[in-house]
Amino acid sequence: MANFYHSVRLDESLCKGCINCIKRCPTQAIRVRNGKAVITSEFCIDCGECIRICQSHAKLPTYDSVDIMKNYKYTVALPAPALYGQFNNLTDVRVVLTALKIMGFDDVYEVSGAAELVSEISRDYVLKHKEYWPIISTACPTIVRLIRVRFPNLITHMLPVLPPVEIAARLARKKAIEKTGLPSKDIGILFISPCPAKSTFVKAPLCTDKSEIDGVLAIKDVYPLLLGPMKQAVLAPEDLSISGRIGIGWGSTGGEAGGLLSDSYLAADGMENVIHVLEDLEDEKFHDLQFIELNACNGGCVGGVLTVENPYVAQAKLKRLLKYEAVARSHLDMTPVEKPHWKNRLQYEPVFKLGESLLENINKINQVEQLCNRFPGLDCGSCGAPTCKALAEDIVRGKASENDCIHILREYLKQIISPFSMLDKDLKRGDANEKEEEE
Amino acid sequence: MSEQTGTSGVELKYMVSPDDFTRAGEASSKVKNILKQMGISPDVIRKVSIAMYEGEINMVIHAHGGDITVTITPEEIRMVLRDDGPGIPDVEKAMKAGYSTAPEQVRALGFGAGMGLPNMQNYTDEMKVETEIGVGTTITMSVHIEG
Repeated sequence: MANFYHSVRLDESLCKGCINCIKRCPTQAIRVRNGKAVITSEFCIDCGECIRICQSHAKLPTYDSVDIMKNYKYTVALPAPALYGQFNNLTDVRVVLTALKIMGFDDVYEVSGAAELVSEISRDYVLKHKEYWPIISTACPTIVRLIRVRFPNLITHMLPVLPPVEIAARLARKKAIEKTGLPSKDIGILFISPCPAKSTFVKAPLCTDKSEIDGVLAIKDVYPLLLGPMKQAVLAPEDLSISGRIGIGWGSTGGEAGGLLSDSYLAADGMENVIHVLEDLEDEKFHDLQFIELNACNGGCVGGVLTVENPYVAQAKLKRLLKYEAVARSHLDMTPVEKPHWKNRLQYEPVFKLGESLLENINKINQVEQLCNRFPGLDCGSCGAPTCKALAEDIVRGKASENDCIHILREYLKQIISPFSMLDKDLKRGDANEKEEEE
Repeated sequence: MSEQTGTSGVELKYMVSPDDFTRAGEASSKVKNILKQMGISPDVIRKVSIAMYEGEINMVIHAHGGDITVTITPEEIRMVLRDDGPGIPDVEKAMKAGYSTAPEQVRALGFGAGMGLPNMQNYTDEMKVETEIGVGTTITMSVHIEG
């Protein structure tokens, strides 16, 4: 199903079949079956939690190799603002941008520049759509996917604007074509990303037909290749910067909301917190709030699984870097953006539904409840499902059996063995009687 | 939570613990997730979860907890919220939007907006309040499932 493409894969040879990932997954998408972790594609939202927790490094993020640069005559790097937070003592973004060119890219287009344009577009949208307050940020692809499968009532609250990286890709491609005269296919627009969820966005975008991004590189791959060139770049940095505090601020939590220039917002990060906020929002617990910024990773994009620096250290580094920057350097009146809004409406995908008809579901929910009453409620994970309830749902869906529960299995074995143990007792008693008779 | 099996319905029971704000909303959240698993339309889920959450909070604040029984049938979702609290002296007044027994200072903090019962009524298709001073209150609400 193209609609459920994912950016995480499993190296079966490394997977031990432990229960760490099944326990950590926020949508209960993983099961251990036949000793290996299996992802239910429809449930997965590309958050990267399993990649983070896997001690055996069997869960691997999907992204492109740096070699992809060779496939194009002309390449443009799209550095995510999170990249700037990876370096020690960086005081000038231009050093990183120039180093990217020394490394081999023909040009650089800061995603943070496009982020400033998106901030302007969002400000306008928020002011004009009071009926949808609070409006929820959609730059994080995991958040969009989470709402799509779990929070149907919040779809109308979503900011229907393309994420900065997509706007950056469009602007960069246009600029490259104008500058080089090359056909579009010879130009490689390559995003230097903090997270693999962006690969999913590129391969299977939900609210636009096709992404203009040709490849997604990992910050952790590009980082070591930049260190040498940066020493050279620092001597003569080129003026490639097109963003200021607002744009670069997008790299960590609160940055996007800050760009709206309003105080009426909340910003949450980390899957558990995000889900809590969405649950509360669904129950209409928030009043007088204009905007909700949500990021799947702790700390925001700096916490992505493809970064190298500790997210909180990276956050501190970004803050220092921003101190002497201009507020913003990209503006819509200078750089207009055509059609920045979502082309397609997001469709609710009720993937957690147990069956088709309501009657069938009433039946199934009752079965789940009955099974739950039989299970010990320890949520031990030994069956390969994260909780007893999840196992009960799997059984009702026809994907597991009761004896997958080791506690049920033990009871069952006891029942089978009991006639033999009686026999055993009888035999022992018989022995004792014989002994007595002998005496 | 306990359950009874009917041929055409699901019955869910929840205890609402007294004076514990950290747990208020637990029952409505569980019901919400079950309704999503049942493929109930988002609009119905929204009505049920908001009405039930309001009721649950009221039980924590005013009535020292109680119990909630939710019955889901192909026709409707019925919620019965029962408590042994102080009872509601004037139901008609309490049902009026903006009516609140909370003192002015408390209302200034955003509590007691007087929208609890009115909201519950707005979000449900039927609502019945049975109350007796010093004995308790039972609120029965139902949201119809269309089509």
